[in-house]
Amino acid sequence: MTHKRVIVVGGGLAGLSTSMKLSEEGVAVDLFSLVPVKRSHSVCAQGGINACNDVARQQGYSEWEHFEETVFGGDFLANQPPVLEMARTAPSIIDLLDRMGVPFSRTPEGNRDLRLFGGSLYKRTFYAGATTGQQLLYALDEQVRHHEVQGHITKYEFWEFLAPIIDDGGRCVGIVAQDLRTMQIRSFRADAVVMATGGNGLIFGQSTMSIICTGSGTARCYQAGAKLGNPEFVQVHPTAIPGEDKCRLMSESARGEGGRLWVPRKRQDSRHPNDIPEEERDYFLERLYPKYKNIVPRDIATREIFYICEQGMGIGGGQMVYLDLTEKATGIPYDVLKRKLGGILEIYEKFVGVDPLIEPMKIYPAVHYSMGGLWVDFAKDEKTGGLRKADPRNHMTHISGLYAAGEADYQFHGANRLGANSLLSCIFTGLFIAPGIKKFIESQPAVAEKTQSLYDNAVQNQQAIMTRLLGSRGTDNPYVMHRELGKAMSDNVTIIRSNGKLKQTLDLIESLKDRYRNNLGLPDSGLWNNQSLGFARACWDMILLGEAVTKAALAREESRGSHFKIPDEFVDRHDLPLDQRALQRDDEHWLKTTLVSFVDGQATLGYEPVDVSLVAPRARNYGKVTAPATNAPTAGAAA
Amino acid sequence: MIAPAEKGKTVKLNILRQDSPDAKPYWQNFEVPCNAGSNVTSLLRSISESPVTAGGAKVAPPAYEASCLEEVCGSCTMVINGRVRQACSTLVRKIHPHDSEEPITIEPMTKFPVIRDLVVDRSRTFENLKRIKAWIPIDSSYNLGPGPRITPEEQQAMYPLSRCMTCGACLEACPQFTRDNNFVGAQIISIARYYNMHPNGKILKDERMEVLMGEGGITDCGNAQNCVKVCPKEIPLTESIGVIGRAATVYSIKKFFSK
Repeated sequence: MTHKRVIVVGGGLAGLSTSMKLSEEGVAVDLFSLVPVKRSHSVCAQGGINACNDVARQQGYSEWEHFEETVFGGDFLANQPPVLEMARTAPSIIDLLDRMGVPFSRTPEGNRDLRLFGGSLYKRTFYAGATTGQQLLYALDEQVRHHEVQGHITKYEFWEFLAPIIDDGGRCVGIVAQDLRTMQIRSFRADAVVMATGGNGLIFGQSTMSIICTGSGTARCYQAGAKLGNPEFVQVHPTAIPGEDKCRLMSESARGEGGRLWVPRKRQDSRHPNDIPEEERDYFLERLYPKYKNIVPRDIATREIFYICEQGMGIGGGQMVYLDLTEKATGIPYDVLKRKLGGILEIYEKFVGVDPLIEPMKIYPAVHYSMGGLWVDFAKDEKTGGLRKADPRNHMTHISGLYAAGEADYQFHGANRLGANSLLSCIFTGLFIAPGIKKFIESQPAVAEKTQSLYDNAVQNQQAIMTRLLGSRGTDNPYVMHRELGKAMSDNVTIIRSNGKLKQTLDLIESLKDRYRNNLGLPDSGLWNNQSLGFARACWDMILLGEAVTKAALAREESRGSHFKIPDEFVDRHDLPLDQRALQRDDEHWLKTTLVSFVDGQATLGYEPVDVSLVAPRARNYGKVTAPATNAPTAGAAA
Repeated sequence: MIAPAEKGKTVKLNILRQDSPDAKPYWQNFEVPCNAGSNVTSLLRSISESPVTAGGAKVAPPAYEASCLEEVCGSCTMVINGRVRQACSTLVRKIHPHDSEEPITIEPMTKFPVIRDLVVDRSRTFENLKRIKAWIPIDSSYNLGPGPRITPEEQQAMYPLSRCMTCGACLEACPQFTRDNNFVGAQIISIARYYNMHPNGKILKDERMEVLMGEGGITDCGNAQNCVKVCPKEIPLTESIGVIGRAATVYSIKKFFSK
C-alpha cells in the first residue's frame, strides 16, 4: 500500500472508473465534483455501449472491425493504437458492468440484448432500455460508494476545481478548489491529478449537454500550460428536440431500433404527418445511403438534415425533419418500442406533449459531444499494436502528473465519434490508466515533502481573482455574455463553417474578452453559495475555449468528419450540393492533430502527426448515391 | 432553434428566499419573459440574466440546483405551486393557465435543511445509500467473465426501480419523513428491494434487512402513499414498501427460529 494520494476531478463515468480502479490498486483517492457524482452528465447518455460480442463475431465481426469502424468513423484523425486497445478491451468491460448489476436489456433466453448503432452494419451495442448512461453511472457510483465506506475514496461534492498547482519542475502536485457553499478556497496536495471533467457544450449556448458542461476544468488546465488537442472537432448530433434552454437528445438508438428520418416531398406540406401517405414522403437518408440508411454516422446525418432544410424541404419550410417511430413507418409494434426506448419517449412526451409512437417526432441537430479536449500522450506497444499496459505516459497531458480521461481528453474519436463509443471510452480510460498512474506516483518524490508556500501562493492567486470578480460593478452580466457567445458559436462554428463567419466570431470573442475584463458586473457579491461567481469564472473559460475552437477551425483548410468548411463565395450557392461547395479532406496537408497552447493570453496553434500505423486512410462516404435518384424530391411533386 | 416567443408575454413568480441556513425566509416577486417552451429552470435562468424584482429592486439571483434539464439527474427538485416537482420538466404552460395574473410560487423542499434560497442539503439520502449497502459486491474489476444470467422478466421488474434519481420528491411528500427523525423513506426501501432482487446483490440481503428493520426503517412507514404519486419516474414505490414489509416478516421469523 502506498500512502500517496491521487485527485480525480469529475465524477462521471471516467472519473468514477478511474477512482474505483485506483482504490482497488491501493491508492487513496480524493474525488472532486461540482454536483453529487450521481448527477454527473454521463447520466444523460441513452443509447448504449459498443463491444464486439459472440453473435456479431459469428457474423464476421471482431475487435479489429470495431477498431476499424471507429477510426473510419473518425475520418482517420484518431491515433490508432489507443483505439485498438479500447476495442480489444470492450467485451471485458461489458462483462464487468454486468457483474456490477447494470440491468442490461435481455433477450428471451436471458442473454444481454444488442442493437444497431451508427457507422456499423453489425449489432454490437449493449443497452439498458434507453437510459444506458444512467444505469452505468449508477453502477459505478455504487461501487465507488462501497470504496468510500471502506475509507479508500474521499468525496468532495459541491467543490469546484479552480486550478492545478504546478511546482518549479513543471510537475502537477495538487489543485486549488473552492467549497461552493462556504466559498472557502483551499489547496489539496496530490501525487497525481486526473481531469475527468467532461465536454464543453455550453460554449455553444444550447446543446444536449448538462449545464455543468462548461469545459472549465479543461480550460483551467489549458491556461496553466496543458495543450488542447483537436478542439475544432465538435459533434453535432442529428436528432434532438430544439429548445430554448437546451436541446434534448433523441438517441441514435431510435434509428438503430427502426426509426426513420423523412420530410414531405411536397414543399411546406401543411398536412398532419400521419396523413401524408408513404409515397409522398422522402426518406432521404435511405435514398442517399442505401447500405447504411438511417444509421450513417452523426456528422453525415446532420449535414443531410441541414441540407434538406436549406433546400426549403424541412417541415413547414423550417429547420425540422421527422423522426418517425410509429408502427406505420417502422412496422414494429407499439409495445416493443415502448419497452426498448421508453426513456427517450418519455422525454419527448414530457417536453413536447406528444406520444412519439403515435405521431412522428420533430427534430433538428444540436451540439452534443467534444471530440477534442486536453491533449494526452500514449505509449504504443509495438508487439500488439495497442498500448503498453501500466505505462505512466498513457493519458498524461503536457504537464507531468496531470492526466485527462473521458470526454475531457481528445483521444479515440478523431474527427467524429461513433454513437455508443463514448460510454466505452470513458470507462475504458479510467480502468486502463490507473495502473500507470500508480507507477508514476511511485516513481516520484512524495508531494507531502513539498514546501507549503507553493500551495499558499496558489490559494492567494485564486483569492485575488475572486476578490476582483466579487467587486466588479460593470454592466455586463456574465449570463448575458454567455448567451451572446453561445449564439455566435452555434450560428458560425457548428455544422457549416466558413472563414468569413469564423473571423467574425473571433472578433466577437475579442470584444467579449475586453468587456469581461473591463465591464463585468457580478449580480451577487455575497460570500455564501454564490453561484454567480462560479458562473462568471466559467464564462471566462468558455470565452477562451470558444477562441481555441474557432481559431483551430479557421486554420484547418479542409473538411474532415464534423469539421466541414465551405469557402465564403460558395456558402450561399444553394444550387450546389454541400459536397460540391465544401473543401475536400486533404490528408497531404491536414492529416495532423491540432495542438492549441495558451500563450500570452491567446490561443496559439501547432500541429503533430497522427499515428495511422495500423490502417491506411481511405475515402469515406458510406456508399452515398451520388446521382440524384428517380424519387428525388421535387417541389410540389405531390398533389 | 429557439421556440418562438409570444411577444412581450411574461409570467409572475413568487419565490421563497433564504440568504443562509440560519436566516429568516422571505418572499420575493419577479416578472420574467415566458415563451411557449418555458419551464421553471428557464425562468430562473432569466432572473440570473436580469436579477431585478417586480418592484424594480436589484437583488442577487436566487440560488438553485439544476444540471441535466431533462429530468434524469435529480438536481432541480423544488416545491412549485405547492407540489414537489422537477423544475426542468415543469413546463409553464402545463401548470399555469394562459394569461393568468396569479404568480407561480417556487419554494425549496421543506424536509431538508436550506443552504440558500432553493438549494437544500440532501446529503442524508446519500448517507442512507451507504447504510443499506446499495451496491452489488464484486471481487475486483479484473476480467472474471459475465454476470449471472437474468431473464427478461427479471430485468423488466428491476429496470423501473433502477431509475431512481435520488431527487428527494418522495421524501418531501412523505408525512413520516421529517427533519428531526431518521426514517429512511420510500426511496431507500425501493433501492434496497432493487439490490435484493439481483442474484449477487442478494448476498447482502440480510444486512439490508437488519437496517430496514431497525430504527427509522420500514415500520416507520405510515402508508400514506404520497410517495408514489409524486415520483417523477413513476417508480412503484408502494409496491416496494409492500415487498420489503413482507420480506421483513419472513426475515424476523427466520431469525427467531435460528436463535
